[in-house]
Amino acid sequence: MFQKPSARIVYASLVVLALAAVWIGCPAKKEATIGSGDAASKVFVPPGSYDEFYAFLSGGFSGQVSVYGLPSGRLFKTIPVFAVNPENGWGFNEETKGMLQTTDGFIPWDDSHHPELSMTDGTPDGRWLFINANNSPRIARIDLGTFRTEEIIEIPNSGGSHASPFTTINTEYVVSATRFSVPTPQADVAINSYKQNFKGAISFVKVDPKEGHMDLAFQILVPGFDYDLSHAGKGPSHGWFFFSTYNTEQAHTLLEVNASQNDKDFIMAVNWKKAEEYIKQGKAKPWASEYYINRYDDNKHTTISEKKKQVMMLDPKDCPDMLYLMPCPKSPHGADVDPSGEYIVGGGKLATVIPVFSFSKMIKAIEGKAFDGDRDGIPVLKYDAVLAGEVQEPGLGPLHTEFDGKGYAYTSHFVSSEVVKWKLGTWEVIDRMPTYYSIGHLMIPGGDSKQPWGKYVLAMNKITKDRYLPTGPELTQSAQLIDISGDKMRMLSDFPTIGEPHYAQGIAADLVRKHEVKIFDINKNEHKYATKSEKDAKVVREGKEVHVYMTASRSHFVPDNIEGVKVGDVVYFHMTNLEQDWDVPHGFAIKGNNNAELLIMPGETATVRWEPKTPGVYPMYCTDFCSALHQEMQGYVRVSAAGSNTALTFSTGK
Amino acid sequence: MNKRQKILIAVASLILTGIYFTPLWKITLDAPQYPEGLGLYIWVNKISGENQHDLRTINGLNHYIGMKEITPESIPELKIMPYFVGFLIITGFIVAFVGNRKVLGVWAFIFFAVLIAGLIDFYLWEYDYGHNLNPHAAIKIPGMSYQPPLIGSKQLLNMHTTSLPSIGGILAGLSFLITLYVLFVSRKNTSITEEKNHVAVKPITGAA
Repeated sequence: MFQKPSARIVYASLVVLALAAVWIGCPAKKEATIGSGDAASKVFVPPGSYDEFYAFLSGGFSGQVSVYGLPSGRLFKTIPVFAVNPENGWGFNEETKGMLQTTDGFIPWDDSHHPELSMTDGTPDGRWLFINANNSPRIARIDLGTFRTEEIIEIPNSGGSHASPFTTINTEYVVSATRFSVPTPQADVAINSYKQNFKGAISFVKVDPKEGHMDLAFQILVPGFDYDLSHAGKGPSHGWFFFSTYNTEQAHTLLEVNASQNDKDFIMAVNWKKAEEYIKQGKAKPWASEYYINRYDDNKHTTISEKKKQVMMLDPKDCPDMLYLMPCPKSPHGADVDPSGEYIVGGGKLATVIPVFSFSKMIKAIEGKAFDGDRDGIPVLKYDAVLAGEVQEPGLGPLHTEFDGKGYAYTSHFVSSEVVKWKLGTWEVIDRMPTYYSIGHLMIPGGDSKQPWGKYVLAMNKITKDRYLPTGPELTQSAQLIDISGDKMRMLSDFPTIGEPHYAQGIAADLVRKHEVKIFDINKNEHKYATKSEKDAKVVREGKEVHVYMTASRSHFVPDNIEGVKVGDVVYFHMTNLEQDWDVPHGFAIKGNNNAELLIMPGETATVRWEPKTPGVYPMYCTDFCSALHQEMQGYVRVSAAGSNTALTFSTGK
Repeated sequence: MNKRQKILIAVASLILTGIYFTPLWKITLDAPQYPEGLGLYIWVNKISGENQHDLRTINGLNHYIGMKEITPESIPELKIMPYFVGFLIITGFIVAFVGNRKVLGVWAFIFFAVLIAGLIDFYLWEYDYGHNLNPHAAIKIPGMSYQPPLIGSKQLLNMHTTSLPSIGGILAGLSFLITLYVLFVSRKNTSITEEKNHVAVKPITGAA
C-alpha cells in the first residue's frame, strides 16, 4: 500500500507519536488546562464592558455563523445563513425563504466553512462578512450593520464551494474554487471517466463596492483536481490568487489512499489581472449556466431572487500566462499569504515540512521559464525555483497558517494537535502549544490581512473528549484562546463552539460597531404588506387567501380577534413591529402552524403562512418577552368549516 | 441708559433669538433598560426626543399608566410661543435703540410676565399629563400620579425623572438677568449723571 519509503516513515511516525501522546499527553494537558499566572485576568471582561475583538466562526455542518467576543469567548449571536432557523423564521417566512432558493430548488441546510471579512487596502473594514456553502455551492454576504445574511449567490459549474470565499485586498472579487471536480458542463457519464470528463472551475464573484451586491464576473475552467483553500495576493502579489490543490492523482474512489500517492500536489497561482485582460479581449466564452442571486432588501424587508442564465468562461488553453502550478508537498490544505505579500505558505497535511514559496522567485521563474513540464497545458514551475524555504520538523499534519505581523507565522497541526510558531525568513520553529484536540484552522484577528492585530491566536479544535462535562456521544467542538503577545505562547482559555468551526475571522470591534444598526426606520419600510399604524390594520380576503395586515407594539396586536377564516384558507399574517425602540423585537406564533414562528425587529415587517386544518379557535401570541405585559400580548383566530358563512371581522379592544 | 447699557439690552435681545435654535427644557427619564438615554426636549415650537424616536417610545411606555399621548401638533402653546418670543426680541431691540429706562422697565416687566406665564403653563401641562389618566390603564397604583417635576428629580415607578432648563431656557434666563442688571445699573448711572450735572452747574451759579 505504501510504495515510497518516505511515506512509510511518515505513517510510522504518526503511529509512534500517537502512542507517545498517550503517555506524555497527561502532564502537558494539566499545565495548559490551568493556564499560567494571570490567564484569568487576561480574558476577564468585566460585566458591562466590551470585548476588544469580534470573532466570526463558521458553523460547519450547522450552516450558520456564530459571533463571539475576544478575549472573553462570550457568544453574542448565531447568524442564520444557509440553514433554516425556525426561532426567527429564517428560511420559513415569506420574506426570507427566497434566500435559500437554488437551481436545485429550496435547500434548507448547508455546510458553511470559511468566513472572510470584506477588505479595504488589504485590511478588514468591518462592512461585510462572506461565507461559503461547501455542499450546494454558494457564497453568502452578511451585513455587519444588521448582522443578517443579506445576499446569497449560487456558484454554477461547481461540485462544491470549498476554496472560498477569499477576497482581494479591496474586495474587488470574492472567489470560489470547486472541491469536487465534476463533469463540466454536467453530463451523464461514467464515474471512471473522471480523467477525461471531470473539471474544476474557479469563479470570480464581483462585489459592488458601495452596496456589496455580488454577481459572477467570470469563471476559469481548471484541471479536475480538488481545490482546497486559497488566499489573494497582497502588496507585490496583488493581482494574483493562490489555490491549494489535492487529488492531482485525479482519483474518483478511495481518495484517502488514491489521492495520497503523489509526493507533491500543487498550489495554483492565478493571475486575475491577466484574466481581466483576456475578458476585455473577448477570450471568454458565454456558457449557458443557471444560477440564483438572492438579495434581501432592508427597506422592502423582502428577498428579491434573480435567476441568471449565463456565465463567461475562460479556458486556460486560450489564455497563456494566466495560470501556473507550484509543486507543493503533500495534499496541501492552507495557501496562506503573509502580510508583506511575498510569502505563500502551503500547509501540506501529509508533508513532513512546511513549504514557503516566494512570490518574487515565482515571477523570476516564470520569466526564466524554469518549468518542469505542464499539467493540461498549465506550466509546472520547478519546486526549487519558487521555494523560499521549508520549516523543518514543524509537527504532524500542518494545515493552516496565520501571521502576527511581527515576522512570525503560526501553523495548526491536526495530527500532533498543536500550534507551532515559526519565524518567517529563517524558517526556524520558535515555540509549540498543545491544543485539545486535533486543531483544524486557527485565527489571529486580521491574521490573513496586511496588518494583523497580533495579540491572540484562536485554535479551533475538532475533538474535545474529556475537556468538558460530557453530553452523550455527540460532543461540542472547541476554541482555545492563546496569548501571542510575548515570545512564548500562553494558553488563556477555551470555550465550546456552535457547530464545527472550520475557519474564523477576527476584527477590532470598533471597525464593526461604527456600522451598527439599532432599528429599522418605519418611515423607510417599503414592504408590500407593511402596516405603519394601528388604524391601518385590516384583514382582507382574496379568494382562498386571507391577508392579515397586523401590528405589534407593547403589549398588543392589532387586530387580536379575527373571525371568518375557513378551513382550506391560506392565511398570511403580515406583522409589522411598530416599535422604534432599540432591542424591542416582537414575536408571533399561532397554534398548530406547520411553518415557524416570527421574530420581527423594530420597524420591520415579516409574514408567516398558516393553513388551519380543523374548525375551532386558535390562540396566537408574542414569543419575545417584550414588556411587563408580554404575557397578555395574545389573541384568537376563529376558524370555521369550509363553506360556512361566518363573516370576516377583526378587532382589538372591543 | 448709556451706550454700554443700550448695547447690553441689544445683546439680551440677541441672546433671546437663540431660543429658536435650542431647546428650552429637557426632561430625562432614567431607567435601567435605557442605558442609551431616554428623554424629551421642549422647544419653543415643538417637542422632540433625546434620541430620534424617544417621543414615540415614551408615548408607548406611558400608555401602560394611562397617560395621554403627547402629540406636539395638538399643543396650542407651541404655536403661540414663537410669536411671544418674537415680540420680546423686536421690542427689546427698540428699547435698546430708544435707551429710555422707563421703557426698559416696562419691557422687563413684560419679559418677566412671559417667563412666569411660560413656567406656570408648563407646570399645568405637566399636571394635566401626570394626573389626567385613563381609568382603564393596565398599571394603576392608588394615589400615584406621574407629574414630572418643573425643576429637579422625582422617581416615577421605574423612571427617575429629571427636569431641567436646557440651553434655550438658560439663554432666556441669562437674557433676563442681563435685563435686570441693566435696569439696576442704569438706576445708579442715572443718579451719577444727575450728580455730575449738578456739580457742573454749581460753578456757573457761583460765578454769577
